[in-house]
Amino acid sequence: MSSRTNISCLQEAARVAIFGGTHGNEMSGITLVNMWIQNSAEIERNRLVVKPFISNPRAVEKCSRYIDTDLNRAFTPETLSAPDVEGLPYEVQRAKEINQMFGPKGSSDAYDVIFDLHNTTSNMGSTLILESSTDLFNLQMVHYIKKALAPHTCSVLLNEHPQLKYSTTRSVAKHPIGLEVGPQPQGVLRSNVFESMRTILKHALDFIQLFNSGVEFPPCTVDVFRVQERMDYPRDTNGNITAMVHPHLQDCDWEPLNHGDPMFLTFDGRTVLYEGANTVYPTFINEAAYYEKQQAFMTTCREILAANAIRKACK
Amino acid sequence: MAFVFLPALARMAVCGGTHGNELSGVYVVQEMERQRKEKGEGVWPIPVTTVLSNPRAVKECRRYIDTDMNRCFTRDTLSCPITDSSPYEVRRAQELNNLLGLKGSTDATDMICDLHNTTSNMGLTLIHYTTSDWVTLHICKYLQTKITNVPVRVLVLDFPICDAYNLESVSKHGFTLEVGPQPHGVIRADIYKIMKEAVDLTIDWIHKFNSGTVFEGGDVEVFKFIKSVDYPRDPETRSLTAAIHPQLQDRDFCLLKQGDPLFFTFSGETVKYEEEETLHPFFINEAAYYEKGIAFHLAKKLTLTIPTVQVQKD
Repeated sequence: MSSRTNISCLQEAARVAIFGGTHGNEMSGITLVNMWIQNSAEIERNRLVVKPFISNPRAVEKCSRYIDTDLNRAFTPETLSAPDVEGLPYEVQRAKEINQMFGPKGSSDAYDVIFDLHNTTSNMGSTLILESSTDLFNLQMVHYIKKALAPHTCSVLLNEHPQLKYSTTRSVAKHPIGLEVGPQPQGVLRSNVFESMRTILKHALDFIQLFNSGVEFPPCTVDVFRVQERMDYPRDTNGNITAMVHPHLQDCDWEPLNHGDPMFLTFDGRTVLYEGANTVYPTFINEAAYYEKQQAFMTTCREILAANAIRKACK
Repeated sequence: MAFVFLPALARMAVCGGTHGNELSGVYVVQEMERQRKEKGEGVWPIPVTTVLSNPRAVKECRRYIDTDMNRCFTRDTLSCPITDSSPYEVRRAQELNNLLGLKGSTDATDMICDLHNTTSNMGLTLIHYTTSDWVTLHICKYLQTKITNVPVRVLVLDFPICDAYNLESVSKHGFTLEVGPQPHGVIRADIYKIMKEAVDLTIDWIHKFNSGTVFEGGDVEVFKFIKSVDYPRDPETRSLTAAIHPQLQDRDFCLLKQGDPLFFTFSGETVKYEEEETLHPFFINEAAYYEKGIAFHLAKKLTLTIPTVQVQKD
């Protein structure tokens, strides 16, 4: 049997958007998108519409993560179908507008690809975030980007967890991709982080142009980290944290955490150990925005995803 | 070597959360209060008041509610009448002046240690608003000899006390303990440890001083603030057109010479330091300074000579 029967023919990715400022204090994406709104030459590609877009302009104006509620959790079916009444949280209104402009989510009219640009205070380096293990287009794109960036590394985080998966701004598109680059404090623009994000996007757009021009991408595998669990800080009865991420865990995103390894250090100097049975790979370690979401870090496990060859479908 | 007798320091205040998202100070103050509850007033060898300076900002994990509290301690702001429309931080500054001051009076607390974090790579920096307070400079010298795992530097401004706008100017002696790099809204264990150790050593010095220890004078290397430099900006929109250059980023207190890179523009050009005078940059890329139009400050390195000091016996 010829391997040519295993090529998946996928629709052309004609409409692409790049979102910055989903969180108004994550500066790389905000700066890149504003720059490209002024002058889009760098993101133009043949046969492709690429729209740079500031998702949460009021939060960007205030340099805060959000105004009323986290926009990147607001794209649930309930929120998107909320009636237009007075007093709706700003981000709920905004989510509905974004769904109109770039969706509707789940429909054939939705944008093909949305890149959502984020920064983190965690030492995650360059990370691409996927929401599905079966989106062949995204898997092939991620594989292309990683190869193009080498020897610089780029981790891939897969959040397909039934409870921990959340309704992201980018989920409006058929192929959502999160770009997360850190460490960078909120409100700060670091040149190296900015340029890393810019380079990832360059390779991503190159891939889409090649795909749209008919190039066939052979079968590939992608090493991913699959989200397992959210670990909170130890807290007292009032909900205040009683310990910090341990110095041995701090900045060790993507490195193995084994049973018995230090995890937290209380303010009065006691170590709390990781008690899980299996080795995990923590990420989002000590992200500023996650204290209020009850998360000190996430655990992941390593997995290899396989993707078929892909090619643009003939009309 | 000059020898000076100075009065004992009867009371010290440790203040955290002057900026509500600078978390080391918030948690050091919390931990000290827990220790006091557990072990009683004798937990430290000298009387220490612990203060959460800006509780509303701490609760919301923001730098401030209405206005930067650490600019509210000038004589004018401390004496202006409070109305319904007064910013929260101005009211609170006046409360703190009543609690720890009054600024400039003989009743003022002897020492305020104000705890801050910065996103800049400044290690432990002790900031003081004048060059002539021997007690504070001796504490700086002591911390420099005792803390060796992180750079400890002394930064002096040069304000007369009535113009000094920060919290530590309320007490007779005062300084800021600035530790970085740490993102705002994050608590790092390594940074917390440095802050806690610096506070403990400050208490330790005061106790030793009050008990009669002679502290030898000598030279103290300090950095004196000269001026600030803003980011390159678009003349119409005022938005940034460059970031701190990768070769300057994280190099606080390095030597900046003519021709050294300062900024890397978004279109790929390097903006260089054009001046002849060699200076030292600090507060490089501090998050809170974007809105103040500051990319970094520049300082001159000086050597101050401080006398030997001993507590004055009654």
